[in-house]
Amino acid sequence: MITFEDVTKFYPGQDRAALRNINLEIGKGEFVFLVGQSGSGKSTFLRLILREYRPTKGTLYVAGKNLTTMNQWKVPALRRQIGTVFQDFRLLPGKTVFENVAFALQVIGKPQRLIKQIVPETLELVGLAGKENRQNEELSGGEQQRVAIARAFVNRPKILIADEPTGNLDPETSVGIMKLLDRINRTDTTVIMATHDSSIVDQMRRRVLELRQGELVRDQTKGVYGTA
Amino acid sequence: MRHTLRETWSGLKRNLAMTIAVVVTMAVSLSLFGAGLLTSMEVDLVKGRWYDKIEISVFLCTEHTQGGMCEEGKGTTEAQRESIRQTLEANPEVAEVFYESKEEAFEEFQRVFADSPILGSRTVDQMQDSFRIKLENPENYSGVVSEAQGLQGVQNVQDLHRILDPMFNWLNALQWATIGMSVLLLLAASLQIANTIRMAAFTRRREIGIMRLVGASNFYIVLPFLLESLIAGLIGIVVAGGTLAIGYYLVIETNAKTSIQALPWIDWSHVTTAILAMAAVGVALAVIPTLLATRKYLRI
Repeated sequence: MITFEDVTKFYPGQDRAALRNINLEIGKGEFVFLVGQSGSGKSTFLRLILREYRPTKGTLYVAGKNLTTMNQWKVPALRRQIGTVFQDFRLLPGKTVFENVAFALQVIGKPQRLIKQIVPETLELVGLAGKENRQNEELSGGEQQRVAIARAFVNRPKILIADEPTGNLDPETSVGIMKLLDRINRTDTTVIMATHDSSIVDQMRRRVLELRQGELVRDQTKGVYGTA
Repeated sequence: MRHTLRETWSGLKRNLAMTIAVVVTMAVSLSLFGAGLLTSMEVDLVKGRWYDKIEISVFLCTEHTQGGMCEEGKGTTEAQRESIRQTLEANPEVAEVFYESKEEAFEEFQRVFADSPILGSRTVDQMQDSFRIKLENPENYSGVVSEAQGLQGVQNVQDLHRILDPMFNWLNALQWATIGMSVLLLLAASLQIANTIRMAAFTRRREIGIMRLVGASNFYIVLPFLLESLIAGLIGIVVAGGTLAIGYYLVIETNAKTSIQALPWIDWSHVTTAILAMAAVGVALAVIPTLLATRKYLRI
């Protein structure tokens, strides 16, 4: 699903590589934790997959496409296959739960009829059935993150990227979010989650990629947060 | 589509003051631009008609004439006349040469001044023989004029260009001044549009961020902004077009055309052309600044 071949990324005007000689493969339906300190390259890793940047060197394949050589105008099509969730939820204020999720389908031109069918299904999947007409502001942090996950997953992407999805949530709520991501992963969706939350990583026992100063220092199946 | 229209509408409402400012600037600058175009068409028309009509008149000597290349007390001889004709006809700038005898000139004088008291003031012998020259290109006259002035037996060369040219220069200056002013205003209008759209895009930056993330196409993202500035632009174009048409009707159609019949006047087809050109400029002015202003938000 995702292949890094000797990928290096320099930002303009910086001497140190944000990512250096990354080689790895992430298969379909895998669940991968991305760990490392702030500035270790986690965000760059995720942004390369989203084609927000091109690799400076090396080749990156996502969903069968070579992102290093991909045409600019094909990027929207790539992004439709990737769902993204952030620490700060990034919901649209003044819109209801339903509208926030429906927005993701409207703007890629899905017909209203399909939206009316698929959005409630997705809201039910993330555990927000019955809360369609709530305003974001009325929701708890955990519920807001569920809305964000519903928005990321409503178009049934092949890949779900989660950047610190539990960063703003208390441990109990975080567990609920992790259960949800696990459920999504079981629909054969590849999930890549950057996190600082050691207890979650240690509990889940999934593949762990650790970055340090832009280099991949650990790739461990059924790994833990800290070096064992 | 519904989303696009709703976004466009809310954008127009949110920036109502700015939208009105854009419409007004657009209308004023486009009206000026159109007026400049019409002036320019009128000048061309007058120039074409007059330059086409004016001939260079080369008057020959009689016993009574003085000055020029005349010999005191003698008319132009037959040989001189032939030599003048040949020289003129040999000049590549000259299209045609007509000879007008003083008898023909007198007849013409009688015809033109038939009802005038000055009719009796002239006799045949006071008229002059002359050559009338039509030029290949009416704007290149100075060579022919100076050549004719130097020929033996030529008393005087009359050339209307000398009188008309300063007038055309003024008209040209006027026309460029109008267009220059309108270009400045159009620039202001386009900057205003760019600014309005930049503000609108900033207000909607969250939505735009999400749209990019979920894979909305750039066209889809930019469409509400394009429609917003196009609607403002179109209103400006309609107002300016109306102003131009009404102005033309009041000033030229009902006034100038009846009071100054000697001049050729632009007609509705010229007005239509000017309005179309204006509309094209107006659309470009709405679209281009919008694309430039939103580019930053669309960079992937």
